[in-house]
Amino acid sequence: FLLPLGLTHPHLLFGSVKEHHVTLPNQSEPWDMKQLLVWIRGNMLKERPELFVQGDTVRPGILVLINDADWELMGELEYELQDKDNVVFISTLHGG
Amino acid sequence: MCQVDEEYNGQLEHRGAPRVSKKCVKCKENTAVLIIRAGDAFCRGCFKDYFIHKFRAMLGKNRVIFPGEKVLLAVSGGPASISMLSQVQEGLSRDAPKKLRFVPGIIYIDDGGASGQSMEERKRAVAQLESVFRATNYHYHIVHLEQVSSLPSSVLEAGSSATEKPETGLSYKAAVDHFIQTRKNQNQHSDLSVENGQSHLSSLSMQEVQNEVTSPITPEHTQALQRLFASVRTLTAKEDLLHTLRQHLILHTARTQGYTKVMMGDSCSRLAIKLLSNISLGRGASLAMDTGFSDPRYGDVVIVRPMRDYSSKEIAYYNRMFDIPSVFIPGLDTKAQDKASIQRLTESFVTKLQTDFPSTVSTIYRTSEKLHTACPPQNTNTQLSAKCLLCVCALDTKLEEFSAYQATLISEQLSQRRGQGPGFTPGGQSQGCETGEGGCCSSAKSVGIHVSCPQCIRLQCLHYCTAGLCTLSVQNINTVLILRCNPPLFGLYKVSKAFHRDAGPC
Repeated sequence: FLLPLGLTHPHLLFGSVKEHHVTLPNQSEPWDMKQLLVWIRGNMLKERPELFVQGDTVRPGILVLINDADWELMGELEYELQDKDNVVFISTLHGG
Repeated sequence: MCQVDEEYNGQLEHRGAPRVSKKCVKCKENTAVLIIRAGDAFCRGCFKDYFIHKFRAMLGKNRVIFPGEKVLLAVSGGPASISMLSQVQEGLSRDAPKKLRFVPGIIYIDDGGASGQSMEERKRAVAQLESVFRATNYHYHIVHLEQVSSLPSSVLEAGSSATEKPETGLSYKAAVDHFIQTRKNQNQHSDLSVENGQSHLSSLSMQEVQNEVTSPITPEHTQALQRLFASVRTLTAKEDLLHTLRQHLILHTARTQGYTKVMMGDSCSRLAIKLLSNISLGRGASLAMDTGFSDPRYGDVVIVRPMRDYSSKEIAYYNRMFDIPSVFIPGLDTKAQDKASIQRLTESFVTKLQTDFPSTVSTIYRTSEKLHTACPPQNTNTQLSAKCLLCVCALDTKLEEFSAYQATLISEQLSQRRGQGPGFTPGGQSQGCETGEGGCCSSAKSVGIHVSCPQCIRLQCLHYCTAGLCTLSVQNINTVLILRCNPPLFGLYKVSKAFHRDAGPC
């Protein structure tokens, strides 16, 4: 399903494009954030994946907003994505 | 031992599994959208109030900005400084309940020359920021890092330490009351007059602004700057050198344009990282000044840090929610590895720790609040010569038993090679240094050239500042090469002049 994806600062790692609209392939179980990150790492990250993802989750210092709310309030990695959800990654770090 | 991933056998108090649709802890009505600190969830409206209130409370608590003062806002384009700019606008706006009362100006330092950006990229970044600045209607200055070569050496000196109180010598509260009274008496529509005053100021300055922005920098300047940075071997030292040069440029602008205060946008997270990095760099003696709310080292210009209570998360979220445009400008350490410099490593350490222990940054911050600058007894004899040339902090060079300084001297002696040091070879020419005879480095008599061997420079620097990094900055630099630039980069020139003045046994 369709997902607008916004980036501030990490956009350098994504070919300098700040906004992406992604359509995730259909699958039987609903997509959660964990799978989304795996998907992003595999399909969208142009370089230096370690500056964006670390292990299962995003690198410390990267803020994730789902529909303009802190993902900590939504369940972080366990949150199940809905159609047209807006996900924004904001880097609060110095470099990158 | 302390490690981020240390196993605690399940006794670790991890943050609980997040609950869905929490209510705001403040108004208890609306759905929370953000978690700050260790679990306070705020809704959008309450967060905005909290954010704005914190800024004014910070300025109100530390009563250092007097009404009518000219304050220079140091904006780097990053989220924290842009947020600070928007808070200043918010606070100065007409309908703010207890509005702030100072005259703001903005300074942006274009350091693209040092971080290897092309002229087009730099122009683009400057244009983007200019549009942001123009929207504020404040006077702004765009300064290129290359201009550091034309700074006078007075920048390296602290100004008179008289605080900028109004001539009547009023206390803060009295000054505010006095200001309000004066405004009321001047014009019935007191708010209008202030606004007219400010817009008059900005229209006056538009012509000057043109000059400020278009001051040309030649490719030679940029190359000289690049040579300077290229000759600094480590990223740690580069970052520190950049910081020092920026401070000098800001200070110079403040002094020449009549600003008595400078506001820096260092956030809580950034200051926590700075605190720890500075300790690693040997700058423990100046921690209070480097991370405190007000930094009085320059005397006539005081640096304040009103954003020091905001975490990066709060700032990022506020900017996103309320559409504050920040401009991303790649710097020296963009995309650098975690271990590329001490500053990066510390940042990575603190940030990682913060994810699992959300009170890390605030604990470091609270600790730093307890640090105060101990004022040494004012003694006119020692005052002038007792400051580091580069960072203008008091020297930590009392040779006491078991002091850090003594330890550094001992290890220097132990590691120094015997006999005459190798001749320094700038650009193929070999010039020797006369340390072998027990005399100090001789200096070529022509202006701006000082020849000495690196070891001498290292030891000499030590005598000027035990803040480890000032030593590091200079010893890493290919000093003779830089001093051969015409005009010589001011700071290092001054350093060499000082050595010459103090000629004696190394």
